[in-house]
Parts: sequence; structure tokens; C-alpha cells
Amino acid sequence: MSAPREELIAFSGAMAVLAAVAGAILGLIIALAAKDGVMALHGLLFAIAAAAAGVYVVTHPRPGGPDEQNAYMDGPVKVATIATVFWGIVGFLAGDLIAWQLAFPALNLDLPWTSFGRLRPLHTSAVIFAFGGNALLATSLYVVQRTSRARLAGYWAPWLVVWGYQLFIVLAASGYVLGVTQAKEYAEPEWYVDLWLTIVWVAYLLVFLGTLWKRKEPHIYVANWFYLAFIVTIAMLHIINNLAVPVSLLGSKSYSLFPGVQDAMTQWWYGHNAVGFFLTAGFLGIMYYFIPKRVERPIYSYRLSIVHFWSLIFLYIWAGPHHLHYTALPDWAQTLGMTFSIMLWMPSWGGMINGLMTLSGAWDRLRTDPVVRLLVVSVAFYGMSTFEGPLMSIKAVNSLSHYTDWTIGHVHSGALGWVGMVSFGAIYCLVPWLWKRQGLYSMRLVEWHFWIAMIGIVLYVSSMWVSGITQGLMWRAYDDLGFLKYSFVETVEAMHWPYVIRATGGLLFVLGSLLMAFNVWKTVRGDRPVDVEDQPRTAAAPELRAGALAAPAE
Amino acid sequence: MNHAIFERHSLVLLIGILVVVAIGGIVEIAPLFLLDSTIEKVRGMRPYSPLELAGRDLYIREGCYNCHSQMIRSLRDEVERYGNYSLAAESMYDHPFQWGSKRTGPDLARVGGKYSDAWHADHMRDPRAVVPASVMPGYPYLAERALDYGDIGERMTALKAAGVPYTDEMIASAKADLEAQVNPDSKAARDVVQRYPKAQVRKFDGALGAPASELDAMIAYLQMLGTLVDFTSFDAAGPNLR
Repeated sequence: MSAPREELIAFSGAMAVLAAVAGAILGLIIALAAKDGVMALHGLLFAIAAAAAGVYVVTHPRPGGPDEQNAYMDGPVKVATIATVFWGIVGFLAGDLIAWQLAFPALNLDLPWTSFGRLRPLHTSAVIFAFGGNALLATSLYVVQRTSRARLAGYWAPWLVVWGYQLFIVLAASGYVLGVTQAKEYAEPEWYVDLWLTIVWVAYLLVFLGTLWKRKEPHIYVANWFYLAFIVTIAMLHIINNLAVPVSLLGSKSYSLFPGVQDAMTQWWYGHNAVGFFLTAGFLGIMYYFIPKRVERPIYSYRLSIVHFWSLIFLYIWAGPHHLHYTALPDWAQTLGMTFSIMLWMPSWGGMINGLMTLSGAWDRLRTDPVVRLLVVSVAFYGMSTFEGPLMSIKAVNSLSHYTDWTIGHVHSGALGWVGMVSFGAIYCLVPWLWKRQGLYSMRLVEWHFWIAMIGIVLYVSSMWVSGITQGLMWRAYDDLGFLKYSFVETVEAMHWPYVIRATGGLLFVLGSLLMAFNVWKTVRGDRPVDVEDQPRTAAAPELRAGALAAPAE
Repeated sequence: MNHAIFERHSLVLLIGILVVVAIGGIVEIAPLFLLDSTIEKVRGMRPYSPLELAGRDLYIREGCYNCHSQMIRSLRDEVERYGNYSLAAESMYDHPFQWGSKRTGPDLARVGGKYSDAWHADHMRDPRAVVPASVMPGYPYLAERALDYGDIGERMTALKAAGVPYTDEMIASAKADLEAQVNPDSKAARDVVQRYPKAQVRKFDGALGAPASELDAMIAYLQMLGTLVDFTSFDAAGPNLR
């Protein structure tokens, strides 16, 4: 690749500094003129972040020259990988804390900042957007470079994407704890945080597309289709669902543009596709790169990946109304939602089959490589939850399951089993690859992580089946005289032991993630692997593998 | 068809994705804004009074929707437990909607009038004082905090921009109306009921004479939930058949 011109380098540096100065000034103005404390705090945080970015750009001038573009750009990928581990632990801990709160309400402490209502959005956003989002950033920016044989587009832009995203997380999370929320599930950040995410997201799309434009492979690899669909669709969902009227441009409060039933439909169009595109399409991108790479086998069926890609993204969008069965949403919309949810089963299993069958001829790796086991079991969980989902979208089933813990269990079999496990597998692949190590610090710890997390998930999901179905049946139970048999609070009492078991399962999942953090830290630090002889050759960084040719970007 | 065109041109792939993911949303969402039958014709719906609105904003701030639904489904046991199934019309002024998705606690769509103000005050301070098996967090600070309503007029202006039919008069007298709703002996209290029919005027937290507390606003909101629509004149089978 030709070296970037001097003028271009000076221009990009000047633009970066200018943006940082403008951001710092804007942040300061907001901090000083804000109408409420949270807005002032967020203005200040924004100003500090912008100033820090500006100082970094000035003190680390872009080198330019012929060498600059000669290697893959892995700095932002490393940051996002570490952030995935960090936010994962934060999000899992928050989740387990609120799980214990439901079993022992005294843990709410009767303080505003520690009550379930404010911490539950903290948990959901931390695991979906902070943990999941960083896993997607890290893997997508890694995969798009390797499969395009091109360095990331832009020089400062990828850094803006990664650090700007962390700033979004901090603004959102601190807002929830201080009571600033839009009160729409998984879309809780207020209007100004949404605007900031929009800027970061557009930069992400441009970096991703720009890298595709530079590619030296004629074809765009299948993982990138899924990543691209995830990025584009999330942009569409995010912008439309968060349309709101701010009370003041200097205040944190806003009101959703849509009322009642239209707001409900828009929200669940968004909410279900946060699952469909954030937690499914994006993570299928992970599956389509890391499973074939780890087991050194091609994808099972190219044709199947084409068919299930287009049908998955087409059908998913329609599924939202299954969150609104028997509500005031018109029946025609509910019926559409249910119909498409059931159809969605097929493309979902198409993806599962394609992922699992990629192991053809390498099934022994399931026994010998715990990282492969994490990846493959995650796909099995994907298959399980995408069967359970269509089942629960059937109106008759939904009349029982809706509003109960069955939904919570379903979400977690997907979130812990699929999203969590596939991310862990990808992290265990990525860390030695990125930091150029011979392997992970300890494969035995991965084995422990797998089993501890696995037991945790089983406890979690089964206790939620029990409590959800129990509560659903108790709500509709009648006595011999035709009266409702149970008061509401009796159904709450029946949930106590399932809640204790669920929180215990969650605790195991947290413990597993701590093992991972330790393992990642040791690997990054460069400690000698304790069991490198037990690790497959694909555990090592590509350039360190026996017989591997150095294959840099150019 | 040759799929290579999508695999070789990133912009073609991008446009293809956009077209495919746009269809479902357009078909499911757009008609809800266009079809008259989406919102039932009812009598009694009105925008929230300033005090109720302030209470609703607290309900949002505390994340009550994480555990309480406000949507009674059209199922026999729900109607018997909570009252008439919820109508779309009942949330037509709700920005955002608060239907919820989980019932860790009971549905609140028609909680208005079911319990006394004193019960709510005790329950907010310490839920287990009145419902021993409850797992709800306590909110003792609501009673201690004065309600911040300095920008209540601006909040109503923003809602008006989003389509809630607040009149200029309602917005101009927002603060006075809010204060009057917790001051039953004032003359202004009559104006509140005139502007907001069925508004309940009393000191909800029991601290007579004190300025409005956060607890006042929260209880005022809870006590009006589901009380507005006149079901004696509602005909589910007639013009509202959907």
C-alpha cells in the first residue's frame, strides 16, 4: 500500500485536535449551564474525555511514512478485547446482585442508587452493550482486517469508535444509577447519550465499510455480511426508537416522540431486534470466523450461509409484536409477529447447522480443545433458545409465559449460553493471537471456566423454568367455587427458592468469568503458558505457528 | 440469481440489507399511525395533571416498569384479578408507554383507588410493613424529598410538541395547578378539577400544609391509574371492534 501523503496526515491530525477541542468546549458549556446535576456531571465527563483525546493526539503524532500502513491495526482491537472482559465482569456482577435482591429484598438498602429498578437497566445495558458490544467491536475489527487482507480504514477513527463507545457506556450507566432513563427497555440512555452513540456508530460503519473498500480479496467473507447487517440495522433501530423531545437542550429529561401503542410497537420492534441483530447477527459473525479458524475446517455449506443470512435478517424484523400478545396492540400486528417468529426457527437452525457441521472431520477437537467446546456449546445453546423463542411466541404458550420468569430464563439461555460462551471462546482465541503468544496461559483454567459456567447456566435456566411456569399456572388457577385461587403475593412467595438457586447459578457464572480475567491477564503479561503442550496449534498467534508464513497486510 | 454481486460490492450488499430489514418495520409500524381503528373511541381520557405527570416522571426515574406492567391482557384470570383489559386509548397520552414486560410485582394499570393513600405511603416507606412477603425495594426517601417541579411547564410543553393536547392555559397554570392539587381547601383546587376532570385533590402523603413531596406526586399518579375511561359508555363490540 502506498504511504499516506504528508498533507493528509496533517489534515487528519488537525481534524482530530479540532474535534477534541470542540468537544471539550461543548462539554464545559454543558457542565456550567446544565439545568440538572446529572447533565452537569455528564458535560464534565465529556469535556475530560475530549481533552484527554486531544492531548493524546497532540503528544502522539501520526508517524506516516511507508511503514505505517504495513501492519494490521490491532490497538483498538486490544482495547475492546480487554474492555469485553472488564465490562463482562461488571455486568455479570450487577446481574447477580439484583438476582440476590429478588431473593432478599433488604439488599436494596432502601437507597435510590442501589434499588432494583435502577440497577436492572445497569445490568442489561452492561451485558448487552458493554460486554456484548465490545466483543462485537473487537471481533469485527479483527475479522474484517484478516478476511479483507487490509488494514483498518482511517487512523484516528478506529480509536474514536472504541473509546467513544466506552464513554457512551459510562454516560449511560452513571445516568441510570442517578435516575436518568427513558424507561424503554434496552433503550434507557437519554437523548443526548443516544446522540453520542449515533456519532460513534456512524464512525464504526465508516471504518468497517472503508476497510471493506480497501480489501484485497474479491469476495466479502460471510462473517462480514453478518457484521455489516448488525451495524446497519442497529443504526436504523437505534435512531427510530430513540426519537424524543428533550425538555431542554441543557437538561437530561426527554419524552418519547411516540405515544402508547405506537411507542410499544416501535420499542419491541427495536427490542426484539436488539436481540436479532446485536445478539444474533453480530455473534453469528463471530461464529463464522472463529469456529472455522480454530478447527481449521471450511464452513460446512456456503449455500446454506447465503440462504440463512437473507432469510434471518428479513424475518427477524417482523418478530417484535410477540412481546405484545393479548395487549392493546391490534390483533393483526400480533398475528404477524407470531407468524414470523415461528418462521424464524428455520433460518436460525440453518445457522446452527452450518456452525456445528463445520466441525465435520474435526469432532475430536470437542474433546481435546476446551475453547472449541465453548464455541460449539454456544452454538448448541443458540439452537436451543431459537427453538424455545418461536415456541414462546405462540399466543397460547405466551399467555402463560409472558410476564413470568420463563422469559427471563429464555433470555439467559441465549445470553449466557450463546452470547456469553461464544464471546468467551472468541476471547480465548483472540488474546494469544493479538498479543503474539504461543498459547493461553492455562488451558486447564479454560476447562474450569467452561464447567463452572455450564453448571451456572443449567441452574439459572432450570430454576427460571420452574419459577416461570409455576407462577404462570398459579396466576390462572381457580378454586372449586370459581374464584382465583392465589393472591398475587402468594405467587411471589413461591418464587423464593427458585430465586436463590438462580442467583447461585449466576454466582458460578461470575466466578467463571473471574477465571477468564486471570487467564487473560497472565497471557497478556506474557507469562509462560503452563500447559502449552496440551494446546492445539491454532491456540498460538498465526505468525508463531510451525510452518506458518509471515503474512502481514502488505 | 447470481449472489456474487452482493459478495463483491459492499454498497450493493449494504443497500440489499437495508431494503430487506426495512420491510417488516414499515408494514407493522406505519399502519398504527394511519388506521383510525388502532385507538378505541372512548370517553374520559385526558392528559395527566401536572402533579400526576410529575409522579409519572418519578415512576420512570425509579424504573418501576422493570417489575410492574401496566397492561391487563384480555385473558379471563387477568380481567378478574386486575379489572377490564387495558385499552389502547388508555395510554394514548403516554410518552413513553409503560406497559412493561415482567410482573415481579402485580400489574398497576388499574391500581388507582384500590388502596388508600395511607396504605401507599406505608408501602412506599417499607413494603414489608404492609405486605410481609413483598420483595419490592423500599422508597423511604420519597416522603422526605420536596418535589422538584420548577420545569413542569417546560415538561408539558415538550409533551405538547410530541402530540399531547395540553392547552396554553394548562401550561401557563402548570405550577399553580400542581400546588393546588395537594391543597384541597384552595380556590385553585376547583380549577384543577375543571381542567383535569376526575383529578383527585388532596394531600396524598398525609403531611397537611407541607409543600408537595415526591411521595405526593407518586401516590397521585398511582391513584389515577386506570380511572379515567368511562366504561359505562364503552362498547367493545360496536364501533370499537378491531
